[in-house]
Amino acid sequence: MTRLAYGLVALIGIAAAGLGGYGVVGGAGTLRLAWLVPLGGLELTLDPLGGLFLGLIGFAAVPASVYAMGYPDGDGRGRFAYVVFVVSMCLVPVAANAMTFVIAWELMSLASYFLVLHDRESEESIRAAWIYAVMTHVGLACLLAGMLLLGADLGSLRFADWRVSAPALDPTTRNAVFVLLALGFAGKAGVIPLHVWLPLAHPAAPSHVSALMSGVMIKLGIYGLLRVTLDWLGSGPPWWGVALLIAGAVSSVIGVLYAVVEQDLKRLLAFCSIENIGIILLGIGSAALYQVAGLEALALLGLVAALYHTVNHAVFKALLFLGAGAVVHATGTRNMEAMGGLIKRMPWTAACFLVGSSAIAALPPLNGFVSEWLTFLALFQNTRLDAVGQNVVFTLGIASLALTGGLAMVCFVKAFGITFLALPRSDAAAGAHEASPPMRVAMLALAAACVALGLGPTLVVPAFGSVAASLLRTTPPAAGGTWLTLRVSGDFASLSTVAIAVSIAVSLLVPLLALRLVGASRRTRSYETWGCGRIVQTARMEYTATAFANPFKRVFDFFYRPTKRLDIEFHPESRFFVERIEYENPTRSIFDDWLYRPALDLLHSVARAVGALQSGSANQYLAYILAALLLMLVLA
Amino acid sequence: MIAEVAGAIVQVLVVGAGAPLLVGALRTLKARLVGRRGPSPWQPYANLRKLLAKEAVVSTTTSWVFRATPYILAATLLVTGLIVPVTTTRPPLAFAGNIILLVYLFMLGTFFLALAGLDAGSAFGGMGASREVAVAALAEPTVIVAVFALALRADTIDLGRIVERFRGEPWLAANPAHLLAFAAFFIVMLAETGRLPVDNPATHLELTMIHEAMVLEYSGRYLALVEWAAAMKLFLFMTLLANLFVPWGLREPTGPVAVLLGLLALAGKLALLTTAVAVLETGVAKLRLFRVPELLAGSFALAFLSLMAVFLVR
Amino acid sequence: MLRQLRTALRTGIVTEPVAPGGELERIGARLTSEIARLFGRSLAIRQVDAGSCNGCELEITGLTAPQYDLERFGIHFVASPRHADCLLVTGPVTRNMAEALRRTWQATPDPKFVIAVGDCGRDGGLFRGSYAIVGGVADVLPVDAVIPGCPPSPAALLAGLLEAIGRLAR
Repeated sequence: MTRLAYGLVALIGIAAAGLGGYGVVGGAGTLRLAWLVPLGGLELTLDPLGGLFLGLIGFAAVPASVYAMGYPDGDGRGRFAYVVFVVSMCLVPVAANAMTFVIAWELMSLASYFLVLHDRESEESIRAAWIYAVMTHVGLACLLAGMLLLGADLGSLRFADWRVSAPALDPTTRNAVFVLLALGFAGKAGVIPLHVWLPLAHPAAPSHVSALMSGVMIKLGIYGLLRVTLDWLGSGPPWWGVALLIAGAVSSVIGVLYAVVEQDLKRLLAFCSIENIGIILLGIGSAALYQVAGLEALALLGLVAALYHTVNHAVFKALLFLGAGAVVHATGTRNMEAMGGLIKRMPWTAACFLVGSSAIAALPPLNGFVSEWLTFLALFQNTRLDAVGQNVVFTLGIASLALTGGLAMVCFVKAFGITFLALPRSDAAAGAHEASPPMRVAMLALAAACVALGLGPTLVVPAFGSVAASLLRTTPPAAGGTWLTLRVSGDFASLSTVAIAVSIAVSLLVPLLALRLVGASRRTRSYETWGCGRIVQTARMEYTATAFANPFKRVFDFFYRPTKRLDIEFHPESRFFVERIEYENPTRSIFDDWLYRPALDLLHSVARAVGALQSGSANQYLAYILAALLLMLVLA
Repeated sequence: MIAEVAGAIVQVLVVGAGAPLLVGALRTLKARLVGRRGPSPWQPYANLRKLLAKEAVVSTTTSWVFRATPYILAATLLVTGLIVPVTTTRPPLAFAGNIILLVYLFMLGTFFLALAGLDAGSAFGGMGASREVAVAALAEPTVIVAVFALALRADTIDLGRIVERFRGEPWLAANPAHLLAFAAFFIVMLAETGRLPVDNPATHLELTMIHEAMVLEYSGRYLALVEWAAAMKLFLFMTLLANLFVPWGLREPTGPVAVLLGLLALAGKLALLTTAVAVLETGVAKLRLFRVPELLAGSFALAFLSLMAVFLVR
Repeated sequence: MLRQLRTALRTGIVTEPVAPGGELERIGARLTSEIARLFGRSLAIRQVDAGSCNGCELEITGLTAPQYDLERFGIHFVASPRHADCLLVTGPVTRNMAEALRRTWQATPDPKFVIAVGDCGRDGGLFRGSYAIVGGVADVLPVDAVIPGCPPSPAALLAGLLEAIGRLAR
């Protein structure tokens, strides 16, 4: 029964992917069911951008469902929510009026809430689900406010009508609507500082759900931001683009800084999602600014970079979460400090995780590198803009993207190295077993997709270009370069990942052959690791994940505010003998300290003050009713 | 077609065979500056030949990542050698990428080397890996911003074309932004190739090692590949410094004469740079590890200033 | 920095030529021309202190000083035995260091050879017969050559090393 549900979702995914592909290449379609939903009816429209996201959701749902079928002890307890989750996600990109959109959005949030609450006993899960529910509904409130405001002003809740009439709105209303909608979508996407739910909810959910949440659900926040910034409200003032750029720069750096010091494998991946959302926002922000300045080709470039990174991130983040799920399932823990040596026990998972790690660290010739390269190029050409203020913001964006790229590599050296390499740090890790065949198939398919997207940018970029062109309502860019080389902005830059891949492959063989020709010794002997002559090597002598991140805790200590806790238990007989030492070096989140705790405290104090009204005395309540009636009589 | 393949082979030979000579010359210069006779500049070749005759002792805790890394490292540096303009302004793989690709190709090598350091399961390897990736990550913004400053003025980020534009219009190079970018890039070169004051390549104290700590487990042919790769990295960074910032002497690949002239010009520039590095290494002491980020932040400030200078001059 | 450079340039090169050899005691047959052929131009030494009083270490440190300059012959010290060709062992091998010494030797890749330094390294020297030591280095590892002395001077060490790799005639 469980297998059936997941199989059904896989089929839905394939259908959605097909439909999405049809939309990307220019097919269109509409579906209206006026009676199904109040305030406008159910209306679905397929256009290239919606088709791209629909296709992405479908494409990601297939491996996630196949993977879920491979869970040996599938208790089936989330399968209905899972079906609703995927179906509602598929409805969001094709929704054509506000009501359909909001209903699909809310269904998606509710379904994912139940999926996050998968482990109903654990207090951590309950807290994660609670914070997720609160944040997502705060976002929903913003969305509703923005959409209803816009709808009330324009007299219609259909997106097509907004496209036509919104540019004529007065600037204050437009800006207010932009802020509300952007906040709502940014909260779903996990942009700093609205990100607090992400690192709690993604680890708590089962891995195939985390893969979809991180891979495609937060992309629907990006979808919304794309619509708001470039589509529904027309072309806005420059500060929209600047705000997005700054949000992107901040999110990318802070996201990866938190990821680097994480010990929990899935939470590390969740923070990396925040980082990649930041990178996507850099692309969108630059596109918005170029659009305002009238530089069509550069706006297309920025948008193509953002869309490419959206797709890439969905693919490699899903791969990484599925791999992490296999590891967590095999070892029974999410804590990297208890893992190690898994590459010998789970070779397929390790290889797929390595491909995913290399992709997210933007190492050539994989897909992460191509989209980051395109984002760099979009940011580099900001000199065509005449405003120095914007140039400075772009430069900060370039610097933060460069820093993010380096830190992402650090993060995944740590994630892959500590989890899979060297000796197992616990018995659970020593006894780990390889993932079941469906899980392996799902991971291999995604790994193959990473490689394909990396080696085939010349085929993929024109497709993204036409989607971007339809969003910006311009002509698609002329095809630059050949099947081998991708050319950007005329002579500005070119890239050929195929040539790089072939060159690396050949260069791998050259030393091998050269060594053989020269007659180098081919003898190999196995012996223990060099440990200065110590007698035995245990897992306690390996480097830990906490230690690996130590240089960053030191360098960025103004940000992490690390605290040290050292507990030493002495032997009862003498203080010279130590029985146990416990050392903790936790970091504090500045957002918790400076933003959320004060806000919650304020909310509580206001609630307490208002609570004074609720005295419990019936006479007082009657007095309230009388006073309200008198007031209304006076005012009327 | 044949000319292009020949050019590629020549470039690979120059980078692959010239790199150990560069390292050897640097060591000899450093020795002379402290009053020693020092090893001969050809010593690294003897070292490599001897290493190839030794067996490889592989640790039992390692996996295929450990054995594959030396080859991957050498491969990435060979490919990088084909993208950098070494003797001509049109390197063989110029169409395949630019400075961003270079930076990330170097990171590919560092990624696998760090994994190999962790693979042995010793504290030394983990420590070296952690420090090396920290330095690499903090050096990256400087490289990108410094090259962005260059690319702004040359209006392209293709390396060969940057060289051509600066060579053709020398006044573009005669401004303080150029010097600032050069200084920033120089500091990054010291950091990424593990030279003083960031890392002492000749240290024996494991607690002071950054790059060396990751390769403590390698022996025999693997060690030969790793050392050769480190030499190539130094060679390529110095070549970038020399050819991007002082582009005279390089020409389009019109024939063997142009390549030879480019090679002579490169040799001269590298000799000057090597002397500068030798003098600097002899004169300064190694920085404490947690002072290195301050140095890198300083180099980033220089790169940022260089960029601002370009914007203001426009 | 400039002051140091000025001093260095004014002082010039102070390396002394090598004194003639003759003190090396060859034990095993391994130290043949084959090792000389392999390591004649490039030798990596890992020095192991197997319980010495550090007198020999002080003399060995002198080898890297400008006056004796080991590096001009292509010989250099390495930190890891994986990188080494030759183990330079000092001290009588104490019981606590015996196993560590054996593991160091096992960690060194072939072809390799062992040189014991000092009278302690030869047969226990000053501490011969003590309950705390195993004996000379030859009691733990297959030693190829001994450079005797208590301690041997850097000149003697240098001559002995060069003789071992065939760079110096007797």
